[in-house]
Amino acid sequence: MSVKSKILILAQHNGVAINQGTAKAITAAMNIPDCSIDLAVFADDTSTIAAEAAKLANVGTIHAVTTTDENWKLAQGIAPKIAELATNYTHIFGPSTTFGKDVMPCVAALLGQNQISDIMQVIDATTFKRPIYAGNAVITVESTHDKIVATIRNASFKTADMTSGSASIENHTIDNAQTDTKFVSLQAGNSERPDLQTAAKVISGGRGLGSEENFELMYNLADKIGAATGASRAAVDAGYCPNEMQVGQTGKIIAPDLYVSFGISGAIQHLTGIKDAGTIVAINKDADAPIYEVADIGLVGDLFKIVPELMEKL
Amino acid sequence: MKILVAIKRVVDFNVRVQVKPDGSGVATDGVKMSINPFDEIAIEEALRIKEAGKADEVIVVTIGNNSAQQQLRTALAMGADRAILVESESSIQSLKAATSLLNIVQKEQPGLVIMGKQAIDDDNNQTPQMLATLWQRPQATFVSKLEINGDTALATREIDAGLETIEITLPAVVSTDLRLNEPRFVKLPDIMKAKRKPLDIINIGETIEGFFDKELAIKNYEPPQARQKGIMVETVDELVAMLKEKGLI
Repeated sequence: MSVKSKILILAQHNGVAINQGTAKAITAAMNIPDCSIDLAVFADDTSTIAAEAAKLANVGTIHAVTTTDENWKLAQGIAPKIAELATNYTHIFGPSTTFGKDVMPCVAALLGQNQISDIMQVIDATTFKRPIYAGNAVITVESTHDKIVATIRNASFKTADMTSGSASIENHTIDNAQTDTKFVSLQAGNSERPDLQTAAKVISGGRGLGSEENFELMYNLADKIGAATGASRAAVDAGYCPNEMQVGQTGKIIAPDLYVSFGISGAIQHLTGIKDAGTIVAINKDADAPIYEVADIGLVGDLFKIVPELMEKL
Repeated sequence: MKILVAIKRVVDFNVRVQVKPDGSGVATDGVKMSINPFDEIAIEEALRIKEAGKADEVIVVTIGNNSAQQQLRTALAMGADRAILVESESSIQSLKAATSLLNIVQKEQPGLVIMGKQAIDDDNNQTPQMLATLWQRPQATFVSKLEINGDTALATREIDAGLETIEITLPAVVSTDLRLNEPRFVKLPDIMKAKRKPLDIINIGETIEGFFDKELAIKNYEPPQARQKGIMVETVDELVAMLKEKGLI
């Protein structure tokens, strides 16, 4: 096989583990015929995380780039190095997470290319499908650029094998680290529940919950069945739950096997975030709520009666 | 300090767009157009910074056809001081937009550029990051809280893991997320006043000299795959039985 497409994927991690979005980007890349796949991983100390990255299957080389002062978290801290590494590649992919969305357009600009955002399907090495208008339309985009810079929509691809790989590790450093942007702090959410973006089951609440206290019902039910918790924009705006729980056009786009929504009416911006879910269950007191248009199973009723009953029967 | 706010005229967020039957685009004729909601938040933030005495002037800019004057007038009615229309008959892609905006930035020398994190039509989420890169200045994307402290700013960003705070040295580019603020309503007397505020029109060609345009080609538009019609159940027992049958619990 002669390699026609050389693909570089920006790996995302939290210092300890590789984010599954990286493995999904690998799956997307493998849809490109005759390709080779390498990874770039940035960290102040790359020793642990580069070894983790090397376990991802179908990857040839890990470019492990050592940064200083937590620059690996910052777009301006890493984009120039990615653009430099890109010299030897035809495609540069990143996950369509807040991390990838922050960094990849900088890489595209440095390379003088437009970016293809949120690839949901690979047609061939230069043609891709992506959603626009909150998923109300899908476009087929063809690139004639020298290099294709893109982000990969998490919900559209399965997680590639993250354990059986044996990539080689090549070490790099950054000269002239930037100092105009500094990482200050991260206020992280609950880490005991499964990650919303990759969970098999999600329990999600909307404005119908009515208060932050009532949102406990969602957390309890989620813990009962081992699910992650999500929310509509209305619930986050109302302060019932933290921002990282928001599902939808501008929040997280997810594809769990099971999505159970309580008190969510189903604005189009929310529905775009759950369209790829296996089974959608909607529970709402309004029988005309748009959420029922996409739900596989609908139950009309008072969530404050239904949740306790579910707690008992699940 | 000047603040430059970049906005885009888009199909109103309440409109559910339809793909044209021949796959050549989405139907936008006669559809309500508005300021991209994230950009409205950007205008509001700029006005609040000015009202807090930390900026002297708010300039709003858009790239679009002549009809985009409406959105600029709305921004002026909200309180922006002056407006610039970079006129382009055809729609343009992110790199060209960022290149054109860079030209405006170089002329105006703002201390801060604020814009929405994405336009709700093409959902690209690219232009702010590209502008920051071309300008060689810091970016703070998806911002839900912004605090200007002299020549630096503390920006809280909504990221997948939670809320991240970074410090950026100004000038810089900030892209807004939903919870940064709630934009004000425009009052009728302000609409009248806005008519007398300056609105300059320049051709996009003047802002992108030497730019080699490579557009991504859009080959086809199609509606998304519809989900199959589901079923309604009457009781929790039925629901639980169905979930068990599907092996989901």
